[in-house]
Amino acid sequence: MSNLIDDDPRIIEFDVRTDEMLVNMGPQHPSTHGVLRLVLRTDGEIVSEVEPHIGYLHRCAEKIGENITPRQWIPYTDRLDYLAAMNMNLGWALTVEKLMRHEVSEKARHLRVLIAEFNRIASHLVGMGAYGLDLGTFSPFLYAFREREKILDLFEEACGARLTYSYLTVGGATADLPPGWLQKCEAFLDQFAPMIQEYHTLLTTNAIFVKRTAGIGVLSREMAIDYGCSGPVLRGSGVDQDMRRDGESIYTAMYDGYAFEVAVQKDGRYPRDHAYPAVPTDAVLGDCWHRFFVRMVEVVQSMDLVRQAIDRYAACRDPLGEPLKLAEKLPVGDAYLETEAPKGQMGFYVVGNGTPIPWRVRARSSSFSNLSVTHELCRGCLIADVPAIVGSLDIVMGEIDR
Amino acid sequence: MRGPGFLEQLEVACPGAVVGRNLEALDPWIEVAGDRLADVCRWLKNSSVPRFDSLQCITAVDWFEPDPKKAAKVTWQPHLELVYHLWSVSARASLVLKVNLPRWSGDIPGHLPEIPSVAGIWRTADWHEREVFDLSGVSFTGHPDLRRILCPEDWEGYPLRKDYEMPLHYHGIRGK
Repeated sequence: MSNLIDDDPRIIEFDVRTDEMLVNMGPQHPSTHGVLRLVLRTDGEIVSEVEPHIGYLHRCAEKIGENITPRQWIPYTDRLDYLAAMNMNLGWALTVEKLMRHEVSEKARHLRVLIAEFNRIASHLVGMGAYGLDLGTFSPFLYAFREREKILDLFEEACGARLTYSYLTVGGATADLPPGWLQKCEAFLDQFAPMIQEYHTLLTTNAIFVKRTAGIGVLSREMAIDYGCSGPVLRGSGVDQDMRRDGESIYTAMYDGYAFEVAVQKDGRYPRDHAYPAVPTDAVLGDCWHRFFVRMVEVVQSMDLVRQAIDRYAACRDPLGEPLKLAEKLPVGDAYLETEAPKGQMGFYVVGNGTPIPWRVRARSSSFSNLSVTHELCRGCLIADVPAIVGSLDIVMGEIDR
Repeated sequence: MRGPGFLEQLEVACPGAVVGRNLEALDPWIEVAGDRLADVCRWLKNSSVPRFDSLQCITAVDWFEPDPKKAAKVTWQPHLELVYHLWSVSARASLVLKVNLPRWSGDIPGHLPEIPSVAGIWRTADWHEREVFDLSGVSFTGHPDLRRILCPEDWEGYPLRKDYEMPLHYHGIRGK
């Protein structure tokens, strides 16, 4: 392996030139969102090449999954995207249910929509706040975390954990919501709704923020598809795809009867755009600003979905149902399912061989593919734009390194 | 997955490339001969209706039972299986390709089995193939930059192989 590096012509060339520099960003850099190392090849302030080095958080979760039952692997899914652990639980639970051809109760279905969308708000709040931090403004981060804290409090009340929930599980959920939880959730939404305007003032329409993000890191539609980007990164480039609407029936059935519009710019307009500030004139479809804005639109959309789910959940008279047994036998066969997690399409693949322990477990991470496009976006940008671009991808290293 | 009509078109475009199929499975799949994989993928990306413009995931499954007692009971021969999950953004359709490989090239342990890279067809495959190489030990011929991605560069062995054993030491760190 070391020979490969020694013979690399780029490195040899670097040795003889004087005006270019290799700059290591990370793995402990605050704006790389965890332990990500970016090696920048710079000429003055211009970045000519970026190479991400990943794997600092690698735990080989897939190998662990081959030695325990699917329900026992739920806590490991928490640690993939630890900012949206509920969505990870849900993705894995649905994949195993697909393999076992199991259907959850009506009440569990609405509970899952409620919890997953609620977690999406929390995840986007971190994405938004931390993005402001990357660009040098501290207050939006504090405002975002203040509200997120309340969501975590509610999750703690529901399942006892604030970050790694293991709440949604194969066959339903580990417990029903405690009495009075729905009212608290509604009270939070009422209090949270006016805050959105604050965020728009602080970031979306802020002149400095727009200067730093509009027209920066433009990702074309074709390139986004070619690199397998998904979620807000894909929709920020104008691709109309959302697994909640376009995915497999076992997943889309969860959202049957729910009204929502995919947060994507169509014919120059975002859905319900009268409620949002206007798109700045400098912004180009596919740039950092649009990726950020898609997340902001999704926060409002998720609030709406949570409200719809609260009504439906409250109307359910049937019991929630028990989750599957810890050591239920898996049928022979394989199943792959992608769900729309806040960061993008999270795919799980499971191969069963007739025993309770899966033969193979695979987690296809959205951040992994989203990050792989960095070197294209950063080519020719300024060093100061690198955090702006990487931050706009909203990656989580736990999910990339697995 | 399209119907049988789609498979006939594939047969016309790449004769003899499809060597197996299971259209009744949960995710219907077709098995492709390893040496024809690049042809099939190029056709699926550029010419098929619908065009599969996005690669979602590449997985390697190691079909090998290290326990001799259990190995006597299994019905399959030891092999590696590569699974490609494709997606068409315009048609919102999915397709699963499977390729069977020997566990080791020429049955010599340590000699990685080879398969043509599809990184030139879908850029997603670049990092995904590096990951499969890193964890499952498959060599992708024609890959622009095939090196380990998640494990350190001097790591030995392929952790997702069923007969993998954790090293006892790594730079003075205890492994077990």
